[in-house]
Parts: sequence; C-alpha cells; structure tokens
Amino acid sequence: MVPDVEAEDFASYYGRAVVKPPPWGHEVAAYLFLGGVAGGSGLIALGAQLTGRDALRRNARLGGLASVALGGAALVKDLGRPERFYNMLRTIKLTSPMSIGSWVLTAYSAGIGVAAVAEVDRLGSRGSSRGLLPLGPLRPVLQAVEPWAGWEAAAFSPPLAAYTAVLLSDTANPTWNAMHRDLPFVFVSSATLAAAGLAMVTTPTRETAPVRALAVIGVVGDVVAMRLTEARMDPVAAEPLHQGHPGQLMRWAERLAVGGGLGALLLGSNRAGAILTGLALLGASAATRVGVFEAGIASAKDPRYTVLPQRRRLEARRAAGVTDDSITTAG
Amino acid sequence: MTSSPQRHSTGDLLGHQLHGPTDPIRDVGWDGTHARKGFFTDTSICIGCKACEVACKEWNRNPRDGDLEITGWSYDNSQSLGASTWRHVAFVEQDREAIEAARESGRRLVSLGMPTVRDGGAGSEGGGATPSPDTPLPPTSPPDTPEFRWLMASDVCKHCTHAGCLDVCPTGALMRTEFGTVVVQDDVCNGCGTCVAGCPFGVVERRSDGTAAPTTRRGERKGEQPAVPKEGVAQKCTLCYDRLRDEETPACAKTCPTTSIRFGDHDELVTSARARVAELHAKGMTEARLYGANELDGVGGTGSVFLLLDEPEVYGLPPDPRVPTADLGVMFDRAGIAALGMIGAAVAAFVGARR
Repeated sequence: MVPDVEAEDFASYYGRAVVKPPPWGHEVAAYLFLGGVAGGSGLIALGAQLTGRDALRRNARLGGLASVALGGAALVKDLGRPERFYNMLRTIKLTSPMSIGSWVLTAYSAGIGVAAVAEVDRLGSRGSSRGLLPLGPLRPVLQAVEPWAGWEAAAFSPPLAAYTAVLLSDTANPTWNAMHRDLPFVFVSSATLAAAGLAMVTTPTRETAPVRALAVIGVVGDVVAMRLTEARMDPVAAEPLHQGHPGQLMRWAERLAVGGGLGALLLGSNRAGAILTGLALLGASAATRVGVFEAGIASAKDPRYTVLPQRRRLEARRAAGVTDDSITTAG
Repeated sequence: MTSSPQRHSTGDLLGHQLHGPTDPIRDVGWDGTHARKGFFTDTSICIGCKACEVACKEWNRNPRDGDLEITGWSYDNSQSLGASTWRHVAFVEQDREAIEAARESGRRLVSLGMPTVRDGGAGSEGGGATPSPDTPLPPTSPPDTPEFRWLMASDVCKHCTHAGCLDVCPTGALMRTEFGTVVVQDDVCNGCGTCVAGCPFGVVERRSDGTAAPTTRRGERKGEQPAVPKEGVAQKCTLCYDRLRDEETPACAKTCPTTSIRFGDHDELVTSARARVAELHAKGMTEARLYGANELDGVGGTGSVFLLLDEPEVYGLPPDPRVPTADLGVMFDRAGIAALGMIGAAVAAFVGARR
C-alpha cells in the first residue's frame, strides 16, 4: 500500500524534520517488551499463589524477575550517562511518565525480587527445612514476607504494563502522540498475552489452564485495541505503522497473536503445542512493541507527519470558528 | 503574591497548570522578583550574517556540529537546532508566486479577526492591522525585489510557558529559572532522552555519545576536533542563564548587528512585536505575522517570540504545536482503565479455571 504523498502538498524547510526522534536505541524497544512480560508475570504469579499452582507461581516469579532485570539493564545501558541512572530516583515528578515509571519499576522489582529469592531458596530443598541459599536466621523472615511480596509485585504489575504507553504518547512524536487515547489498551493486552505465553513455555500443562484463558483474552484485547487505535488516529500519523520495517512487524504481530490465541484454545493442553503457542505469543508481543517503537521514530524523521496532522487540526478549529488559539497571529 | 489564588490550588496543579495561560515563574514557586525574559526575533530585518550562531557557540563553548558541509540550502550549513547549535539561521529563497502565497496567507490571518491585543495591555498600536486595499505596494529593499526574496530567520529555543521537555524530564535536570526560561542542569541530567521526544519544536537534543548521533560523525576527523564537553546529556539554549544572572544580554542578542534579535522583558517584547506587525501591515506587507505571542496557543505562548514572513512550516517550525502534557490527564485516565482491565482479565482467567 503506497500512500498518495503528492496529493497533499505541504511546505517544509528543505524537507527537514520538525521534531526530533528520541535518541533511543533498540534497548528501549526491548524494554517495552520485557517490562510487559514482567507486568503480566506479576499478576500470573499472584493468581498461582492464591490458587495453589506451585510450579506456575515459581516460574512466573522467576520469569518476572528475569524480565525486569534484563529490561532495567537495557534501560540503563540506553542512557547517555548510565552511571547517573539513580538520578531518576532522586525525585518524583507526576508530569513525567518516565519518573513515575522508574518508581513503578523499582517497586515492582522489590516485590518480585523477594518473591523470586524465596523460590530460588526452595529450589532443590525438596521439602527439607534447609534451603538452597545461605540465609541462616533470615529464612523465616523471608518466608513470612514472601506472600506479601507477591501481592506487592502484583499491585505494581498493571502500572508497569501500562505506563510505557503513556511514556511514548506523552511526547511530540507524531505517531506515538496520535495513539495517546488507546495505546495503553494495546500495551496491557500485549503484556498479558506475552506473560501468558512465557508461562505456557515454562510450566507443565496441568497448571496452565488459567494462563491459556488469559492468553486468549490478551489476544482478543490486543487485536481489537490495535485496530481501534489505528482507526481513531489521524490517518497521516498512522501511516508509519503500515510502511517499511515497522509495517512488516505490525502485520506479523497480528498474525502471531491470532495464531497464538488459536493455539492456546486448541493446543494448550499438549506440552509441545503449548510451547509453540507460547513462543508465538512472545513473538507477537515483541513485534508489536518494536513495531510501534520504530513507527514513532520514523514519524519524527519526516516533516509530513508533523505538519499535515497539525495543519488539519488547525484548519478544523478555524472552520469551527475557533480562531483565538493559534500560535500564529496577525498581531 | 499578585497572581490569582486558584492558580496554586491542587486541582489547578493537576488540571489547569498543564496548559493554558499562566505565569510560569510563579507556578514553580519563584517569588517573582524578576520579570519573565525572552527574545523577540524580527526576521524581517535579519540579514543572515550568522553572527548569532557564532556568538552563541563562542560564549557557550559549544563544540562543532557535524562536518561543516555545504548543504546546498542557500547559505545554511548548520542545518537545524541541536545539542551543539542553539541558534540556527534558516535561509529560504522565494519567487513571486511564493511571495504572493505568503502575502495571501497573512491576509487570511488578519481576516480571521484574531484579537490583536490581549489583557488590555499597553500595546494599543496592534489594532489597526488590516491594511486598506489601496495601500501602495510594499517597498522592497535590495536584494529583495517583487520577483524574489530571501527569508532569513534565526531560530532558537522557544522557552515555552508549558515546556514539554521540562514536564517529561524524570530527573529534575530541566528546570524553570527565575527568569521564566528553561535550562538543563548538565550535572543532573542522565541522558535519558525523554525531553528530546517531548519538545514540540525539535529543539533539545542529547549531545552525541556515539550511539545515536544524527549530527556528528565522530571518528571521521576532519580538521581539528577537540574533546566534546557535556557528552551524553541533553543540551539546548539556556537564554544565556549565566549572563542573565550577571544582568548581561544573551550573546546572540548582544551581537546581532541589525537588532533582529532583541532581548528583554517578555511582556514588553510582545507589545513591541505587535506594534512591528501593525507597522509592516500598514506598509502592505500582510505576510508579516507573529509566532508564539498568543498565550492561548498549545504551549501557553512562548518566551521567544518571532515575527515571520510566511507560514511557520516554511521555516521548519510546527504550524500547531501542542505541549504533550496538556493531554496527560486523559492518558493517565486511559492507562488506569487499561490497568483495571488487565486485573479483571487475570481475575476472570483464574476464577474461571478454578473449578
């Protein structure tokens, strides 16, 4: 699909971009994916904790910790001055999704970290009172706080999955900003199906019935939310989601999600089928995140995506009789 | 405190303060001993000498930006604002058709009947902006002719009333000064890059750290290349904060030979900018218009106001910028609903599968 670029004429300064893309590498795209996996895993771990699914609880906690650790490391690596990463935690700014996200990430990590350490300690202990880790008198303390740590991680799981949508949308980036109403629904769905996929890969099928249901809900939410998002965007600002590499990724994201959803329904009780399905779901989420990320970067590099939607909304307001809120005035 | 009290209530902090007219200095708690400072860049008298670019680089010790290549865009070799280019002079060459189009778009602005003076301010000259149809053709001073003109405009950070960069900064490195300007504290910034995405004007940039650098080609040395200071942190115009604190004029305004760049109290600059537009309109130059002088616009008005002679996008400026944080309430609401939906899905899945 080649859009009719010539049909809409617009002025620019030698074709140069108006806004700048953030200097974010694929570490940030990877974090969008890993943070989602972590967020979904925190909820699954609590569900397993409350319904007595021990293997699912252990795997979701360990998966959550691994995801958040890798994701956090990717974020720090992407900074211009990684050694100053802790400056994020020297203040709280309600107007900064990055600030709120840093605190959500920290709070989640604390809970899932404690819960996962308890799981590691139990590994190989085979019911004896001795654990794997040299905890000494701290072991009873750990075991006492463990369930509460599971609750704490779960409490910060949905914000962890959702805030990255606000982080991208609360920018002047044409494509990300145009998604600001609906992107959170895409991202929580993507997080849910990815974490469910990871659990289907790691956990025996006798414990994954709720996870398979969750995968199906996540897939439906993801596909519907992404289509609604695009339908409600400015059509020009939506173009980068269909073009080039991000366009390919977005198409694969939907295919893999639908395949994974069907797999969860039909193959989920078969171990090999569950693993394949889980991988498809993880792939779907990764493709969605990288696709949205790359589409936004592309939209910032071409003045078309800044100028045309802004012209359109300015003209629409003028046509509606609103003439007092333009940055350009006759005097 | 002379500003209206409701401006400081909690509800306004979360609702009103993120957009709309306000006093940015009092909003952040300064006592208001200084007036808001700004630039008025009158592009109608810019001669494109680039002295502002040079003075800015010299004073702020900004490193070279790129390989100084000729762009083929008239006399523009600095390309755009960036981490190391805090003043950028744009050059646009236009023919008769483009001049006519610019004049017509300016006429249209006048006919929209936009209020020319707000708040009953002192700028009473702004009113008579509409030129009569029989006004003689505008004078053209060399090298401009009716067939050809050069647009030259020195762009700079807008120091917005509602600054997207400042709002989204997670470390507090970006701050609002007592002069109402927006400054990066380079010893606090950790180079997360969020501000770069937050700026509706594409001004702030992270100074090259070698991983994501559109403007420098490190390693390909071309001539002398000293070490780059403040690498990896966000950088942009400070409105010469250090000079302001010593009651000096910013370097670019001080050096500008034609007074195209004027520095002063923001309110006075806006008043004289309106008077200047009225003067040009009276000469038939209906293409003259102001950019950033309207506190009702998407960023609450800018600290740096421009007089332009064509549509903003011709100069590389956004035609309808909006501070992204203006919609933050909507975004948080939607994210909250989405998060609740995620919890609901998990509850449904586990309860449904429990048996």
